Amino acid sequence: MINITVNGQHHDVDADPNMPLLWVIRDIIGLTGTKYGCGAAQCGACTVHLNGEAVRSCVTKINRAAGQNIVTIEGLSINNNHPLQLAWNEMNVPQCGYCQSGQLMSAAVLLRENLNPTDQDIDDAMSGNICRCGTYQRIRAAIHKAADIQREGAKI
Amino acid sequence: METNAISRRNFLRASGLAGTALCLGFYFPANAKKEQLMSATDQSGFEFNAWIRIDTDGKVTLTDHRAEMGQGSYQSVPQIIAEELEVNMKDINVIFAQGSPTKYGSQITGGSSTIRGSYKNLLKLSAAAREMLITAAANQWNASANECYAESGHVIHKPSGKKLNYGELVTAAAKLPPPQEVKLKKISDYKLIRKPLQRLDTPMKTNGEAIFGLDKRLPGMLYAAVERNPRLRGKVKSFDGSAALKVPGVKQVFKVQMIVFNTTRDGVVVIADSTWAAMQGRKALRVEWDDSGFEHVNTSDIYKAHEELLKTKEGLSFKKQGQPDPIIEQASKKIDVIYQTPYQSHGAMEPLNCVAHYQSDKIEIWGPIQAPDWVQGDISDKFKMPKDKVIVNMTFLGGGFGRKAFLDYTHEAVAISKQIGGPVQVVWTREDDLTQGPYRAGISYRGEGSIENGEISALKFKMAGQNIDHWNNNKRDKANGSTTEGFLKPYFDNIKNISFADVPYEMPLPNMWWRSVYASTNGFAYESFINEMAVLAEQDQLDFRRKYLKDERCQALIDKMEQVSGWKSRKKNEGFGVAITECFETMVGQIVKVSRHTDGKVKIDQVWAVMDCGWYVNPDIIKAQVEGSIVMGLGAAAIHEITFKNGLVEQKNFYDYLMPRMSDMPPVEVHIMENTADAGGVGEPGLPPFAPALTDAIYDLTGKRIRKLPFNLNTV
Repeated sequence: MINITVNGQHHDVDADPNMPLLWVIRDIIGLTGTKYGCGAAQCGACTVHLNGEAVRSCVTKINRAAGQNIVTIEGLSINNNHPLQLAWNEMNVPQCGYCQSGQLMSAAVLLRENLNPTDQDIDDAMSGNICRCGTYQRIRAAIHKAADIQREGAKI
Repeated sequence: METNAISRRNFLRASGLAGTALCLGFYFPANAKKEQLMSATDQSGFEFNAWIRIDTDGKVTLTDHRAEMGQGSYQSVPQIIAEELEVNMKDINVIFAQGSPTKYGSQITGGSSTIRGSYKNLLKLSAAAREMLITAAANQWNASANECYAESGHVIHKPSGKKLNYGELVTAAAKLPPPQEVKLKKISDYKLIRKPLQRLDTPMKTNGEAIFGLDKRLPGMLYAAVERNPRLRGKVKSFDGSAALKVPGVKQVFKVQMIVFNTTRDGVVVIADSTWAAMQGRKALRVEWDDSGFEHVNTSDIYKAHEELLKTKEGLSFKKQGQPDPIIEQASKKIDVIYQTPYQSHGAMEPLNCVAHYQSDKIEIWGPIQAPDWVQGDISDKFKMPKDKVIVNMTFLGGGFGRKAFLDYTHEAVAISKQIGGPVQVVWTREDDLTQGPYRAGISYRGEGSIENGEISALKFKMAGQNIDHWNNNKRDKANGSTTEGFLKPYFDNIKNISFADVPYEMPLPNMWWRSVYASTNGFAYESFINEMAVLAEQDQLDFRRKYLKDERCQALIDKMEQVSGWKSRKKNEGFGVAITECFETMVGQIVKVSRHTDGKVKIDQVWAVMDCGWYVNPDIIKAQVEGSIVMGLGAAAIHEITFKNGLVEQKNFYDYLMPRMSDMPPVEVHIMENTADAGGVGEPGLPPFAPALTDAIYDLTGKRIRKLPFNLNTV
């Protein structure tokens, strides 16, 4: 049994220790918001937070996550109200939406570390996430918007 | 106000539901040009379904009869209905239709056809439902229907202010005959249509709730991974699954066949209790393939053959007017060039997958499916199951781009489920998705043309490449029906000597439609060539086009392109390029601006896109579709291609089939032409003009004309 914490809930998982966290989350724990896109850390669709850091869960063995805190898209906020989610909604970012969980999880780390990211910061932080629908322009604008929302929220 | 006659037969009330709900539907025969309406008696034998359902408690449920793969049908279909039905978007519930052409007509979500193929009927259907609700209320109040109006899911009696909600009226409305004709709103009266409303599927796509095909779970469902022949058509000679069966979680290993048009593709499937276990079992398989056939093809051979064909064959004529050959032959000012476009993968972010549950009396399927009606027909046919016992359920699609309108992966999943006798989810890996095809075929073009007195005296185009139709072994004696796709029709009015021909090229690589289909490759060749002719005529590319595109909409589009991009005030060789293409009844013009940066690399500074799609629903979705089309066009022009070596696809994953990323995204500005022409497509037409506009911009900056895609922006 491997013990992991996902979105604040403890799980004892009976799995091959080499099984990537992605498949544990999707097939065993049953949270399907985290997506499979490439299995090779190339596309970022599977991005989750491991102790607050963005990791590609498709190449992160469950062993490495033992005893640690994992946050998936389902745990990013309680009510779809993380500044990024608010901005994503306001700017109608998603098209097919498949990559957006990963985009949001990558952006959330950027926004936590950098209260006012520049376009270059966004390029650097988001270049690991592919969107085949091509929503990049809106993702960029939404991250700037979310930074605004976050700053406004901090003032209150 | 436009009056639309409606046949009584247009409106069919589901008798079983009449007591509790008002259900209205209409029927489109597949591929019919005009709606053909089905009478109530024709409905016997199939279960009636509908776009609109209103329950007695006032709940409004609208059906999206098409796939939602990012292009916005889940928003735009209800947005049309809600307008004429007079309900608020926040008060409706949207469901996906199951596959059923007898209920919905064509459901294939391709050819950018969802809106243009159904909006007129949706408007009428919705207005008729509203009128029946108004009549029901007027009857109850002993008032004239003319004194009543509908708003926000209620009927209001204007003189008295009395008000009833739709739920209270459903039972009475269901007993009324449908109106003989309805009045449709004027565009200027629209409250929802033409407004940039937020998509209904956005919130569920930002918190992980949206269910895609790969997210579907059934009780007792097993997972499957399939090792398919890497040479696309070879057979399984033998296999050894003993090591695979030792992998924890693996349950079964067996051979499976998947039908790809008129061929079959062999594979060996591993069934397990998790996706990961199935993938691990698959790695432990030992399969010996029978590779006899065409497996030694190389990409370079394909293009050599194209070139040879274009030089030596006249091909099958598709369209010809005047006598271009002798004019070009005698002309002194002429060009003769070849353009090449690559094979491409669809590369949807959600790899192919399908859940199937074969039972003795029915087959049920869930998945990311572009054509639920085709899947129903195909599975019914191949598994000898009556159509109404083949239930095709829709999920959200993580991208489609044409690939998920193919019927191979659904067939394979059902075959596997039948073998194991239970529900199964077949998961394709990214490598499967990239290496198995089908692909957009790479096509080569030869353009010949001459200029006399500053005018095009003759144009001649030939294309050589695989034809999607040839998969089914048909239409071999006819030119590709899409030979002129992408090329603006008004050119034919003003260029006297012009010909298009298709030189058939046979190569049994699996190929099929890819976003914007032939316009994606034709558009590059034809519009690049128009730009080259403008240079030969020493004229401005837009002014040059104006002379041939005299049609009012074209002129307005060109004016708009000039205006938004500052085209006229640009400096010589500042890096501006242009192209205009037509695709699925929509015209898109793009202007691209490039510059050379201090690191020596060419960078795209700005893209301006102007779309004329006629009547439209949601301008924000249109803008998003054009933005996305430009990114996909950029990938195909300058970032990735599928190549073959010794019969194997060389690209395996996103590390060698590179994708445009955030840092590649140029600023894109999209403008929509305002007119009342019939609706054209939206999801695809933004793609074709990008590559020729980009290469034209590079020519303007560098003097180098790029005729072969893809090219590397870093080394231009």
